[in-house]
Amino acid sequence: MLEQQLINALSLGSVYALFALGFTLVFGVLGVINLSHGAIFMLGSYVALLLVNHFAMSLWLALLLAMLTTGLVGLLVDFLVLKPLRARNAPHLTPMIATIGVAIILTSVAQGLFGAENKRFPFGTIPEGSFTLGNLHVTAVQLGIVLISFLLMIVLLLVMRRTQLGRALRAIAESPKAASLLGINVEGLFLLTSFAAAALGGAAGVLVGLSFNAISPFMGQPMLHKGIAVIILGGMGDIRGALIGGLFLGFAEVMSVAYLSSDFRDAVAFGLLFLILLVRPSGMFGKILERKA
Amino acid sequence: MQRTRMFQKLSLAMLGFGLAAGAAAADIKLGAAEALTGPAAKYGIAIKNGFTLAADEINAKGGVNGNKLALVAEDEQGKKEEAINVFKKLIFQDKVLLVFGPTLSNSAFAADPIANAAKTVVFGTSNTADGVSAIGPFVFRNSVMEADVLPVTTRAAVKQFGIKKVAIVYGNDDAFTKNGYDVFKSALESQKIAVTNTETYAKGDVDFKAQLTKIKAANPDAIVCSCLAEEAANIIVQTRSLGMKQPFIGGNGFNSPKLFEIAKDAADNTVMGSPWSAENQAPANKSFIAAYKAKFNAEPDQFAAQAYDAMYIVADALKKVKLSGSLDKDRVALRDALPNVKHDGATGKFAFRRAKDKSGKDAGYDAQQDAIVNIAKGGKFVLLK
Repeated sequence: MLEQQLINALSLGSVYALFALGFTLVFGVLGVINLSHGAIFMLGSYVALLLVNHFAMSLWLALLLAMLTTGLVGLLVDFLVLKPLRARNAPHLTPMIATIGVAIILTSVAQGLFGAENKRFPFGTIPEGSFTLGNLHVTAVQLGIVLISFLLMIVLLLVMRRTQLGRALRAIAESPKAASLLGINVEGLFLLTSFAAAALGGAAGVLVGLSFNAISPFMGQPMLHKGIAVIILGGMGDIRGALIGGLFLGFAEVMSVAYLSSDFRDAVAFGLLFLILLVRPSGMFGKILERKA
Repeated sequence: MQRTRMFQKLSLAMLGFGLAAGAAAADIKLGAAEALTGPAAKYGIAIKNGFTLAADEINAKGGVNGNKLALVAEDEQGKKEEAINVFKKLIFQDKVLLVFGPTLSNSAFAADPIANAAKTVVFGTSNTADGVSAIGPFVFRNSVMEADVLPVTTRAAVKQFGIKKVAIVYGNDDAFTKNGYDVFKSALESQKIAVTNTETYAKGDVDFKAQLTKIKAANPDAIVCSCLAEEAANIIVQTRSLGMKQPFIGGNGFNSPKLFEIAKDAADNTVMGSPWSAENQAPANKSFIAAYKAKFNAEPDQFAAQAYDAMYIVADALKKVKLSGSLDKDRVALRDALPNVKHDGATGKFAFRRAKDKSGKDAGYDAQQDAIVNIAKGGKFVLLK
């Protein structure tokens, strides 16, 4: 059974990691804890569901369009909410609280439009395939989640480390003011970051919707809590940290169910989180009081 | 002469008219505090629909003793705090004669004491947890308790599949699913069925594979699941994706079209006990289903059926009550009339049964009704014979 539990942990951890990726990106560059990320994530799965349901679109296309749509919503949120606050030099807590408002609005809108109940992708649209190796069962969706999470993370890391764009973003992360003095279009890159982060959140939403059949207006909230834990664990704003932190949380949860009791799942997972933060207060990859993209 | 008679007639007619207008003004206000938004809205909205349908039918037939029923529905969002607020608003501000609701047992424990203290009947149509009716003599419900349904369900399932050992899954942070677990546990004990392992999850969880993998290793004959429909459906789907074939045994939470929308025929062989079934061919049920579909363009569920019956039960009681116009007196009169109501509606034959509180004193009223055991075949529930 250990092998099966390892696979369970890997797929759960990848979901957390994928969600945390966009979350941590916004923090790394904008220095904002964007609490509407959970709602954006939820929106992603609804957009894909609508496209598949009403336009009989293929899943891949729906995934891309959902990323585009949530990206635009993220852009809009940045433009309408975060940008005015930046322009007024609002203290750090203000944008965080503002994004709670955004999350409530998005959740209520989704509930008004789609209803409170759980939805799922129609039968026949989800790849039903699964691989069986002896006692081991892996579904195609599980495999897809792991692969797409890793793929998106590698792309993001490469952009950040190897391109001019990444260099500019890292400069902004160090100091937006200095970056702007160096001729970097800070506002433009802020918008781009918000777009990319929301698109990543949307992708996570689609994949979670596919694998757990539980698309509801409220699906973002529990994920947001886990996401916060993951990026704190990984080191705020660190991309590798989001992946490792996500996988760590997934493994901690699954293994505490497997070897202790499901009653202790969150207690063990968050207890470990606390212990790690005692030893490394800035998380696994973070440096104290320093943002890093 | 002719003129005087005309005048007399006219004045009589006017008198009559005045009386009629007076009666119309005395609409009977009934409050409903249900979760119309939030995660429990799927139940709350079905419940409100059930009330609306029944009240409209009753009013179309002339109301109760000539008085129309007026439903005042408020959203309690499935939250304890909101339920308390809404109860206070309905009882003290809207001055309703009775409050239906709240949707969840969790909220009932918080809000029902307010109605009880205000000597106003609170009538739950969906509260199945133990102890709700122990709150006080003004607490009524027509929702059959899990304690009455689940032992019947497990006995039928054990017989159907020759079950010797089961695993249990339940949500441990919800009054309804936790209570269901307690009832299942004692039912299994008394029926001498071994429990291989007991696994829990929390509200909002979507990935149950870790727990299910553990159950797979224990290899039980069936899986007992005290869960709400959507979690149950996901648990079933994920169980099958792990290559497990065990039948499921579930409670009230399984009794929703949602189960099959998500799990489809993966849910086949699930045994579920409930107070209502769409397969029940009794005329009252058939007419309820047809009217519900026509009015709301949706399939009714158990929660709508129980709400629909509840409105008729209250209307029956109101027929026996002579409204005095004094709210306090009328509320108590309704309370005294309710326990004698016998009803045969969409959920079958119904009567009230006196409940005791913790110290053994008489408290509110529970439902006295037989459970229907169903089994899932080809993506829907059919009666298990």
